[in-house]
Amino acid sequence: MNEIEFHAVGKVADLEEEEVMEIKAGGEEICIYNVEGEFFATHAICTHEDIGLADGFVEGDLIECPLHAACFEIKTGKAVNPPAETDLKTYPVKVDGDSIYVGVKK
Amino acid sequence: MSKSHTFIIVGASQAGGWVAKTLRKEGFDGKILLIGEEPYLPYERPPLSKDALLGKTDLESTFFWQPESYKDDDIDVLLNTRVIEIKRDTQSIICANGDVLNYDKLALTTGARVRCISIPGADLLGVHYLRNMDDTLAIRKSAEKKDTAIIIGGGWIGLECAATLDLLGCKPIVVEASQRLCGRAVTPNISNWMLSFHLNKGVDVRLNMGVERLEGDKFLQKAVLSDGTEISCSIAVVGIGVTPNVELAADSGLEVDNGIVVDDLSRTSDPNIFAAGDVANHPNQTLGRRIRLESWENAMNQGINAGKAMLDKGEAYNEIPWFWSDQFDANIQMIGLPTEWDETVIRGNKSENEFVEFYLKNKLIVGAISINSTRDLRFGKRLMQAEKKVQATQLANTDIKMQSLLKV
Repeated sequence: MNEIEFHAVGKVADLEEEEVMEIKAGGEEICIYNVEGEFFATHAICTHEDIGLADGFVEGDLIECPLHAACFEIKTGKAVNPPAETDLKTYPVKVDGDSIYVGVKK
Repeated sequence: MSKSHTFIIVGASQAGGWVAKTLRKEGFDGKILLIGEEPYLPYERPPLSKDALLGKTDLESTFFWQPESYKDDDIDVLLNTRVIEIKRDTQSIICANGDVLNYDKLALTTGARVRCISIPGADLLGVHYLRNMDDTLAIRKSAEKKDTAIIIGGGWIGLECAATLDLLGCKPIVVEASQRLCGRAVTPNISNWMLSFHLNKGVDVRLNMGVERLEGDKFLQKAVLSDGTEISCSIAVVGIGVTPNVELAADSGLEVDNGIVVDDLSRTSDPNIFAAGDVANHPNQTLGRRIRLESWENAMNQGINAGKAMLDKGEAYNEIPWFWSDQFDANIQMIGLPTEWDETVIRGNKSENEFVEFYLKNKLIVGAISINSTRDLRFGKRLMQAEKKVQATQLANTDIKMQSLLKV
């Protein structure tokens, strides 16, 4: 049951550096990020309030929520500053050729 | 700090809640008592004029923390309780019910209250202010009549209320005494944008206009404007600013001047008493002056600052002020509180209500206001924090990403 299944979620060319994009994979809402050419994935919703992080902005390896400016580390999901007090869930990412894959537990 | 210490926070507000939470988070293991006059746990105020007024959010979802969170952190919360006196010589406070409580350290997060209007008829039923959850519930009830609503004051609260009442089927008429909307907060350019935005949405706006009196028999029935115009209405919302709740502090001899005077560690003139949030007049290094901020961000961050300082872990408080407002489909945000600038730059499309207006002084951003362009504004804040010089032409060019300006 805990097996991770990778889903193709987009093309490398579709996600520029320091950009974020919301996708759905395995029934979960997920944000994928390009940090200096590397791709990462977190849960798409801020842990403070029900707001999509895809409307937020990426600076370096942080994503900032557009509503209350809570920041999270993209690579670890760690909540960096208030009002967020709970970390974001992260997902494994693989790049194969020009495709990005995100792993979600089955 | 030992377990025998008691820290009391007067004001179960956003700032007060953050003081309490921060004390625990930073390892304080003494007693924490959070005292509030209202019957509710600390709640978010931004929704009061928007989603809560629309009925789209309930009381519990506006709480910063749910009841169990206070239990988990062993924070005692005393609601419906008014503190009437601080006795600094004995380090105690006196509650309206006669209880005397001793403190080792005290935080005052007493906030602000609405400024009242003194015109005839101001006490009629149907005349409202908007500051607390109960105010919102009362306005919502009045709005069920879907009648004309006189909004007295074209500031943030007035305009947000006008938008929400319009969405609720009422007919809002904004009456503003000065020549422009939000005159104390935004530049004339933005006031003009706000005016045309609201007019386009069908809101009736009367500038340079006062309300002479309100009339009715127990219930509001009519407003008479300063030019003699009579408007039949059953709802009025007054939004003419707030006054900081300084009386407790002032009566106990603490320094007070447009708020409780604190330093950048949220300390009042008494080393055992701190203050934060809307009530605190504090120094801001970036702005180069003292300010008292009535904002969501300040209530949180200064509360955290005070909590740390109470444990002698304080860090100098120096935040670039940030505000936001939602009116119809416009999200308006502001950074800084510029008093002078030598260049104004627009980035984005003003006619499509998607732009940022930046204010520069000597090529440095000293403030900005965004309409539906949060990202660019937040990068503007980063540029401001980093004191990066920028060229107006680059800022105006939307082909140039704001991120890239940070890296130059």
